[in-house]
Amino acid sequence: MWEYSDKVQEHFFNPKNAGVLDGANAVGQVGALSCGDALKLMLHIDPVTEIVLEAKFQTYGCGSSIASSSALTELVIGKTLEQARALTNRDIADFLGGLPPEKMHCAVMGHEALQAAIADFRGEVWRSEHEEAALVCKCHGVDARVIERAIRDNALSTVEQVGAFTMAGTGCTTCYEQIEDILLRVATEAAAASAAAAAAHATEVARPETVAAAPAAAPVAPRPGSLNLFSAAVRAASSAPAPAKAIVRPATESSPLSPASPLPPPSAGMTNLKKIRLIEETIEDLRVYLRKDGGDCELIDVDGSNVLVSLTGACVGCQMASVTVSGIQERLMAKLGVPIRVIPVGRNAH
Amino acid sequence: MKAIYLDNNATTRTDPAVVDAMLPFFTEHFGNASSAHSFGAEVGTAVKAARQQLQQLLGATHDHEIIYTSGGTESDNAAILSALEALPDRNEIVTSKVEHPAILSLCEHLEKTGRAKVHFIGVDGSGQLDIDAYRAALSDKVAVVSLMWANNETGTIFPVEGLAELAKEHGALFHTDAVQAVGKTPISLKDSAIDMLSLSGHKLHGPKGIGALYVKKGARFKPLIRGGHQERARRGGTENVPAIIGLGKAAELALQHMAEEQGRVKELRDRLEKAVLQRVPNCIVNGDRHDRLPNTTNIAFEYVESEAILLHLNRGGVAASSGSACTSGSMEPSHVLKAMAIPEAALHGAVRFSFSRDNASEDVDRVIEALPGIVEKLREMSPFWADAEKKTNDSKPVFA
Ligand code: FES
Repeated sequence: MWEYSDKVQEHFFNPKNAGVLDGANAVGQVGALSCGDALKLMLHIDPVTEIVLEAKFQTYGCGSSIASSSALTELVIGKTLEQARALTNRDIADFLGGLPPEKMHCAVMGHEALQAAIADFRGEVWRSEHEEAALVCKCHGVDARVIERAIRDNALSTVEQVGAFTMAGTGCTTCYEQIEDILLRVATEAAAASAAAAAAHATEVARPETVAAAPAAAPVAPRPGSLNLFSAAVRAASSAPAPAKAIVRPATESSPLSPASPLPPPSAGMTNLKKIRLIEETIEDLRVYLRKDGGDCELIDVDGSNVLVSLTGACVGCQMASVTVSGIQERLMAKLGVPIRVIPVGRNAH
Repeated sequence: MKAIYLDNNATTRTDPAVVDAMLPFFTEHFGNASSAHSFGAEVGTAVKAARQQLQQLLGATHDHEIIYTSGGTESDNAAILSALEALPDRNEIVTSKVEHPAILSLCEHLEKTGRAKVHFIGVDGSGQLDIDAYRAALSDKVAVVSLMWANNETGTIFPVEGLAELAKEHGALFHTDAVQAVGKTPISLKDSAIDMLSLSGHKLHGPKGIGALYVKKGARFKPLIRGGHQERARRGGTENVPAIIGLGKAAELALQHMAEEQGRVKELRDRLEKAVLQRVPNCIVNGDRHDRLPNTTNIAFEYVESEAILLHLNRGGVAASSGSACTSGSMEPSHVLKAMAIPEAALHGAVRFSFSRDNASEDVDRVIEALPGIVEKLREMSPFWADAEKKTNDSKPVFA
C-alpha cells in the first residue's frame, strides 16, 4: 500500500466536487479504461469574466487519481482561465502535501484534463504532449525515449551522465538497471553502425591497406560537436522538473571534457614541476569552455595525487558540478597517465 | 474494531506454536549445527528432525532431498541455474507467462544475457496452461521446465505431476514453484516425476526468510551458493537454525490442518465469493473453478480500480490485495490477468482475497457488508459506469 499524506486520504475518502456538472461549458477528458485511469473534468466558466465558477469531476483510477481530481477542482474554482492555465501538476501534488513518486502521473493527468477543458472552452483542439513510451524513471517521470535521445545526442556513457541530463535515476535509483540497459543497447547499436560504416568504406576503397579500422571498443559514436557538458542548456535541464526540456544546446565545437573526445597520450615519468605545469595547462585549456557558460575553475594546489580546484560562477552549486569535477579528473588522468583526484575547495583553501 | 486479514497469499501469521518451537534455538540451543561438540550436535539433531517434518509434508522419500534456503525466490533461482549448469549441452527453458517474478525475471535476465532461450507458455481464460504449446516447446534442447503448482494471484492449480511426465520424455529436469501450494493442498512427491520443488516458510504460518528446495535423489544439482559443507555442500552458509526449526514445526502443523484448509477454509472462501457475485453486479471471478487453491478468490470489479477498493476496505479494517504482493507497487495491471486476457474493463479492478485457518465466519460477514457499498460509490464516480450500466444491466456475473 502506498504511503499517502493525510490530505491525499482526505480528498480520496471525501472527494470534493465529484459527479456530473450540468451546464458545463468546458469539458476535458483524458486517460482511458485500458490505461487504468481516466478523468473527465467539467467546468462552468463565466463567458465574460472568464472566471471558473464551478468545477466537477468523474474519475476512474486509484486513490491518488481521485484525490488529484478533487484537488484540481478545488484549485481551479474562483480562478481566471489564465490563472488556471498556469497551474502545473506540481501545484496539484503540492496542494495534496505531496504524492508518492510512482503516483505523480495522477497529478499529470489532472493537469492535462485542465488544459483540455480550457482548449474546449476556447474551441481549440487539444493534444496530449504525453508520448507513449515506456516510463523508466518513475521519480522524475522520464521515459525511455527521452533517455535514449539524451544518450545519442550527447554521447553519454554512464548512468550519472544520464541523470545529469535528464534527471532519470537521481531519485530512489530503482531505475538504475533499466538506464544501464538503455546505455548498453545504444552503445551496441552505435558500435554496430560504425562497424557497418567501416565495412562499407572498406569495400569502397580499392587498396586494402587504406581501410580504416572499425573502432571496435568505442562505446558510443559521438555526433560531431554534439557534447558540451558545461552547456547552460544542460544546467537548466538538470534543475527543471520536465525531462522533455532536457535538450542540449547544439554546440559548434566539442568540449575536451566529452567522454568521447579524443585524448592525448599520457605523459610518464615526469618531475613534480612538470606535473604541476601540465595540470595548470590542462585546467587553463578547460577554462575556455567553462567561461563560455558563465563558470570558471581555478587551480588552488597540488598535493600528491590530489588536485585542489576552486569552482566559481555558474559552476558553483549547480547540479553539473560533480560532472564538471569528474570531467576535469578524467582529462587530467589522461594527460598525466597517473590516478588523480580532483577536489573542489573554497578559494582560500590551501 | 478487529482487523481482518485476508491477504494470506502474501504472507501468513506465524503460528504461536512455531514461535514457541523457535525460541530455545536463539537462547538455550545456540550451537552451530556444524560444530563437532555437544552444543552443535543437539542443534544438528533438531535440524534433522525439522527436515523430516518437511519430508512428511511433501511426501518425499528421503529427508536429505530437502535443502534449506532463504525462501522461495532463492529456491527458484537455485533450481533453474542449477539445471542450466548441470545439463550444459541444453540451453532452453520452458516456463509459463503467469509464473511468479522470482521465475519470470530470472528467465528474462537469462534470455537477455544470451545464456538461455526461454519458452513462455501462455494460458487460457481460466489461467490453465496451453498444453499444445507446452508439448510443442519440449525438445531435447530443454534443460529445465519450471511451472508453478498453484498461481499466487488466482489460485489456479497446474497439473504438475502430468506436466512433469511430459518433460521427462525429453530428458529435461522438472521444477515446480510450489510456494502457494505447500500446506494448502496435498502433495506427494515420492512417485512423481518432479525433480525439484520450491517452498517458502512464511506462506504456511512459518517464519519469513526461510524456505527449501526439494531435489529428488538422483537429480543432477549444482549449488547456487557455494561455501561450507552445509546442506551436504548443496547450499553453503551457516544454517538459520531457529527459522529451520520453525519451518519444521510449520510443516507439521500444516499437515495436521490440511483437512481444515480443504474444508472450513474453502467454505469461507466460497461463501464470500457467492455473496459478492450476488450483491455486486458486473463482477468476474478469475481462475479455474475446478482446479483452484481452497483459500483464494480473485474477483474483478468492472469499471473501478482495485487500489481504490483496497483503500476503502483497509479503512474498514479489511486487508486484501490487488494481486501478487511483489508487484502491487507497480502501476502495470497484473501479468497473470493480462495473460488470461481478462476484459479491459475488469483488468484493473481485480481484488484477491486469500484466507487461512486463522479466519472466521465473521470475517466474511464484514467483507460482504462493506464491499457492495464501496464498489457502488466508486462506480458512481467513474466516467465509464453510467454508459456501462445501460449496456450491461441485464448481464449476469461470470466466472472466467
Ligand atoms: S525511479 Fe526513482 S530515480 Fe528513477
